[in-house]
Amino acid sequence: MTQSATTSTEVGHDQHAKAPFPPFDSSTFGPQLIWLVIVFGVLYLLMSRIALPRVAGILEARRLARETDLAEAERLKNETGIAIASFEKALADAHAHAEEIGAQTRDRLNAQIMEKRKAFDEEIAANLTSEEHTIADSKARAMENVREMAIEAAHDIVARFTGKAPPKAAIVAAVEKINHY
Amino acid sequence: MAANGIDPIHQFIIAPAFHVGPIEVTNSSLFMVVVLAIISFIMIVGTSQRALVPGRLQSLGEVAYEFVASTVRGSAGQEGMKFFPLVFSLFMFVLISNLVGLIPYTFTVTSHIIVTFALAALVISTVLIYGFVRHGFHFLNLFVPSGVSPFLLPLLVMIEVISFVSRPISLSVRLFANMLAGHITLKVFGGFVAMLLGTGTWAIILAPLPFAMTVALTALELLVAGLQAYVFAILTCVYLNDAIHPGH
Repeated sequence: MTQSATTSTEVGHDQHAKAPFPPFDSSTFGPQLIWLVIVFGVLYLLMSRIALPRVAGILEARRLARETDLAEAERLKNETGIAIASFEKALADAHAHAEEIGAQTRDRLNAQIMEKRKAFDEEIAANLTSEEHTIADSKARAMENVREMAIEAAHDIVARFTGKAPPKAAIVAAVEKINHY
Repeated sequence: MAANGIDPIHQFIIAPAFHVGPIEVTNSSLFMVVVLAIISFIMIVGTSQRALVPGRLQSLGEVAYEFVASTVRGSAGQEGMKFFPLVFSLFMFVLISNLVGLIPYTFTVTSHIIVTFALAALVISTVLIYGFVRHGFHFLNLFVPSGVSPFLLPLLVMIEVISFVSRPISLSVRLFANMLAGHITLKVFGGFVAMLLGTGTWAIILAPLPFAMTVALTALELLVAGLQAYVFAILTCVYLNDAIHPGH
């Protein structure tokens, strides 16, 4: 190596055996730093101005949507609960009302039945009394007829046996006497 | 270069990809723009429908949003949400850079210490500026643990200061080293496959072994890609929490 060739040999060495380890090659530091500053600056601006606010907006919108949906679901659930409660109340009221009507109707019908029955009983009792009277009359009349027949029969029997008609009074007395036994 | 196929460092070289007028676009800057485009696609195009029931892309954006938002809220409280766009941008940038870098023939933006250090410096300067603007010199209470005997106090203040100063370094080196090491390992095992395929008779038996390893490592690197983005984001939140509530 001559003095005059120093420059060229140094360049040669840089590219071959004596080339510095690339990450420690300070000649590349300047351009790398400049590029890094530009690229990272642009990246920071893009992220902080556009991307991150947008993602934050998306996440916030989703959270809001979820919350409103949940609130809506809760509200609907409450409404359903209220509706069910009012329905059950109406049902219970209707039950109670129906029972009341039933009881009233039953009482009224019972009263009517009792009334009718009473009237009927009275009627029957009245009929019975009049029938009993009729029967007693008929019986008395029948008995009268039987007595007269008995007197006649006794008169005839005695007349046949004795050949002469007995006094009527004696026959009547005899029949009356037998009739008393 | 003859060893191009198995040179594990070659993937980190920054080379001009093309020129736009006088501006030179390198592979690093190209992939930064690609990462920006992917994030914008997910977060802006994906959410443009503003659907109440999200589609796939919008779900992706929402999941990312809610994940980072819960991380910020959990670590820095509700007040930390003013830094949410910053943490979100950092998380997405690191995550998508890591993931895109796992695709073969791509460039991993986060495998360069200057990028991760710049991000870490952004975090720490945000912490410092917000801390001093919000609390003035009370912010320095951060370095003074309460309820410690006066003899131990100088020592503990020193430890706190050192731990604070080392934060940007640990934050940047952690991400950078994870990405670098992961990609080197992948490349080395991938190179083994190519090398063993050239062994002739034994190729059929030997070459699949590092290939299986590469598959397993790719799965691991996917985990690391997500984990490192998460770690970066949650540490950012923790540091921001110090700026919001310095007394502890």
